[in-house]
Amino acid sequence: MRKVYHNIVRIAGNVIAVEADNVANNELAEVISSQGKSLAQVIRLQDNLVYLQVFAGSRGVSTGDPVRFLGKRMQISASEMLLGRILNGCGEPRDGRPELNIDMVDIGGPSVNPSRRIIPRNMIRTNIPMIDVFNTLVESQKLPIFSIAGEPYNQLLARIALQAEVDVIIIGGMGLKYDDYLYLRNTLENQGALNRSVFIVHTAADPTVECLMVPDMALAVAEKYALEGKRVLTLLTDMTNFADAKKEIAITMEQIPSNRGYPGDLYSQLASRYEKAVDFDGAGSITILAVTTMPGDDVTHPVPDNTGYITEGQFYLRNGRIEPFGSLSRLKQQVNGKTRKDHRAIMDAMIRLYAEYKNSLEKQSMGFLMSAWDNKLLKYGKLFEARMMDLSVNISLEDALDLGWKTLAECFDKNEVGMKTDLINEFWPKAQDGKN
Amino acid sequence: MAENIGKVAGVNGNMVTVAFTGTVMQNEVAYVRTGNEILKSEVIRVQGKRADVQVFEDTYGIKVGDEVEFSGELLSAELGPGLLTQVFDGLQNPLPRLAEASGFFLKRGVYLNALDPERIWDFTPLVKVGDTVRAGDRIGFVPEGIFKHYIMTPFIWQGEWTIDAVVPAGIYQAGEAVAKASNANGEKRDITMIQRWPVKIPINHYAEKLLPEKPLVTAQRIIDTFFPVAVGGTFCTPGPFGAGKTVLQHAISRYADADVVIVAACGERAGEVVEILREYPHLEDPRTGKTLMDRSVIICNTSSMPVAAREASVYTAVTLAEYYRQMGLNALLLADSTSRWAQALREMSGRLEEIPGDEAFPAYLESRIAAFYERAGLVKLRSGELGSVTIGGAVSPAGGNFEEPVTQATLKVVGAFLGLSRERSDARRYPAIHPLDSWSKYTSVVNLKELDFARHILRRGSEVNQMMKVIGEDGTSLADYVIYLKSEFLDYVYLQQNTFDPVDASSDLKRQNYVFDKVSEVLAHEFKFEDKDEARRYFLELRQLFLDWNYIAEKDAKFKTQEAAIDAKIKENSANA
Repeated sequence: MRKVYHNIVRIAGNVIAVEADNVANNELAEVISSQGKSLAQVIRLQDNLVYLQVFAGSRGVSTGDPVRFLGKRMQISASEMLLGRILNGCGEPRDGRPELNIDMVDIGGPSVNPSRRIIPRNMIRTNIPMIDVFNTLVESQKLPIFSIAGEPYNQLLARIALQAEVDVIIIGGMGLKYDDYLYLRNTLENQGALNRSVFIVHTAADPTVECLMVPDMALAVAEKYALEGKRVLTLLTDMTNFADAKKEIAITMEQIPSNRGYPGDLYSQLASRYEKAVDFDGAGSITILAVTTMPGDDVTHPVPDNTGYITEGQFYLRNGRIEPFGSLSRLKQQVNGKTRKDHRAIMDAMIRLYAEYKNSLEKQSMGFLMSAWDNKLLKYGKLFEARMMDLSVNISLEDALDLGWKTLAECFDKNEVGMKTDLINEFWPKAQDGKN
Repeated sequence: MAENIGKVAGVNGNMVTVAFTGTVMQNEVAYVRTGNEILKSEVIRVQGKRADVQVFEDTYGIKVGDEVEFSGELLSAELGPGLLTQVFDGLQNPLPRLAEASGFFLKRGVYLNALDPERIWDFTPLVKVGDTVRAGDRIGFVPEGIFKHYIMTPFIWQGEWTIDAVVPAGIYQAGEAVAKASNANGEKRDITMIQRWPVKIPINHYAEKLLPEKPLVTAQRIIDTFFPVAVGGTFCTPGPFGAGKTVLQHAISRYADADVVIVAACGERAGEVVEILREYPHLEDPRTGKTLMDRSVIICNTSSMPVAAREASVYTAVTLAEYYRQMGLNALLLADSTSRWAQALREMSGRLEEIPGDEAFPAYLESRIAAFYERAGLVKLRSGELGSVTIGGAVSPAGGNFEEPVTQATLKVVGAFLGLSRERSDARRYPAIHPLDSWSKYTSVVNLKELDFARHILRRGSEVNQMMKVIGEDGTSLADYVIYLKSEFLDYVYLQQNTFDPVDASSDLKRQNYVFDKVSEVLAHEFKFEDKDEARRYFLELRQLFLDWNYIAEKDAKFKTQEAAIDAKIKENSANA
């Protein structure tokens, strides 16, 4: 039986300090207050003072309440039985079914030895042209969806989850609106995907600190499955809430904030989660898609900014469409050379022309006379938006490439698209040949 | 010497406070013993009988009262033959051998020798008994890859030493003594092939430091022609995320004309290192015919690895570069990214509760950055040979804003600034180095008059473009419009370069000069056009011919025919025709 301590000397924010000895850094404890029992984690030791972050919050904690140290780190069951289950931010069932206590794994484990990683090599097909053609998603990639409140990011997540060819889907919800949680659960259930999914959900109604454990738990389970050879897709929504919870704790601990109140280690904190994405040599893989909402649609806000430096690209979801500018899959070069030989050329040419269309559009809106070239671009831009950018488009990569050539041929002459001549000769639609 | 033991008195993130009774040296290495594990750390502050140490590992499980052993040695790197082709973490642990020891994951508290003391080398002595040597003098050499790897008198030795014994030429283990020496005080020491040097102190056992003048050819047109880098110089590549910093650094590490390339992946993505790890052993180094790995050392402390070790990793990397410089070689150090290193400083400064400067970075940020870049340089060794360390640092400014402290501190000390711009990368104009904002203090590889004119065209083209946005295309004169088209032409066919094309990826000095002459000819040429549409069409066609030309290897017969087609095209709308 572990010793129980009663001497709480400081309560501030969601952090309490208790006098205790023989306590290990980061170990778990239970705080029993009039509000019930809550898990807490050691975050700092100072002589005989132990600082704990209390997951259920410090409201109602009295200085005489008992604190019992558990002598272990946070763990989660990663057994096969977890599939189809729904847990809360403390790892307890929220689906009314019994608790799982087998195959426990530590959360927040060490990082993978870079020399044991392999170069990502498999494309994940989503049948969304803005992803498949322009910013191909790759197995083991970590990619955030930068968005703002009100955009259909959870719908996009659900669609990718259902269409992607993976073995297991793990959903980590942080500060998720209850409706969104129900939407995700029902969508997966209706499509018969719930039995290969794990939900770890912290809703907006739950205590803030509870969401701190969600990414670590989701990724610990993902890691275990991946080591067993499964291809795991981990969806995290919304990482901005996670960062805000970190900020709250840091401020309570009187850490010097670096930027807009966020702690100086925000980058490292985010990185240690995202870097769990991996393709194991001789085992499975973890792919991470994470929603990051940008307060005020500002990409230079510390959370999206640090995230962008960590992840392998990003998708901007704006006005219900994945933006062609700024959106980037850094790993696309690993796979798009092997799909079809015109893939890269179409990708570059279409985006470049779309950028020029935007210029022409700007000129038009300022009332300038449109040249013949401008008019070609205007026609092209509208077609591009309808055929490629619209999220309701659901076609395979190959069909999308063909549609790309068709669109180019409908709008431009061969020498106006800035592509290699031999590719143009091979792929330029024949029906349009007479024009040039 | 008795063990110097302290006890843990507090844990705050990766900083541990230790109560001690003996003596403690600033920056000495200490080991925290917790459970069965021993965690390496470094003393960063001493206050009274308490020392703050930064732990190079995760600190979970450490308890107040755990023992801490002070080693009495500064954080050091092992130097000797066998460094090339290796992959180390920030503390110089060999990662592949760590994987053999502990599997997929980096188990904490496992430390291995950087160099294998039992590995054998073919040693040839250069000194004889009775010779007087000083630190850094050559004792002999072993072959490492294509170089003579000189075994030198340990850099930390003070004063003059007399060689008492030296082994004959033959096969020896790296850890064996190859020579014995003594000094006037009667001290006797062995010299092995492996020596240690504290990483945070520059190795300066050379005669003098020289001005870097010779260009370091990177085979990237926009760099060598417009913003050159010098052998022994420094440059930085700041840019927002997604602007192509890492792709550019990889291209430089692949094609740069250096003997040894040290890649320090400091706090960046693991995936990027993996590309190097898996590809370099199979890519041929065009200069030697060996693989790229044979000239590379990779120091990799990626973003999820412990933060304190990240801080150490850039120092480890530059120490290795300096070591190879002492052999008369040209070493190139590419650090990606120095911002992560600065953030590691910031995290630690925050834990020490120091008064913060701008954006919570510590006040000594600038001097640390300056001291790091000052370790670059072209030097004349005491043997008369030249050696160099060139440093290129990527900077990841928060929000892509170059006004932030790390970028500004870096700009003060580097010789070339290759600023990557979001605007250019959004338009897929790679490498996204901004042709107007960037600068270099070094000398270009092409004709300077032509270069000035090309710059003039770029500037004028940008002005015309700005103007057109205000007054529209029809308000612009045909002459101005042609200048704009010429600047766009220069951008597309010369500044932009396709790293993923086997031919276009690298453009050597000869080709750059040749193609730049041709591009300059177009820029200087007087054309005659009826209207803007005709001009635009003409330049699009010319651009197409040049782009195709860029993709043809020089030795290919088509190179000349394509050139002839370009020449013909230039004549087509000539004003002089």
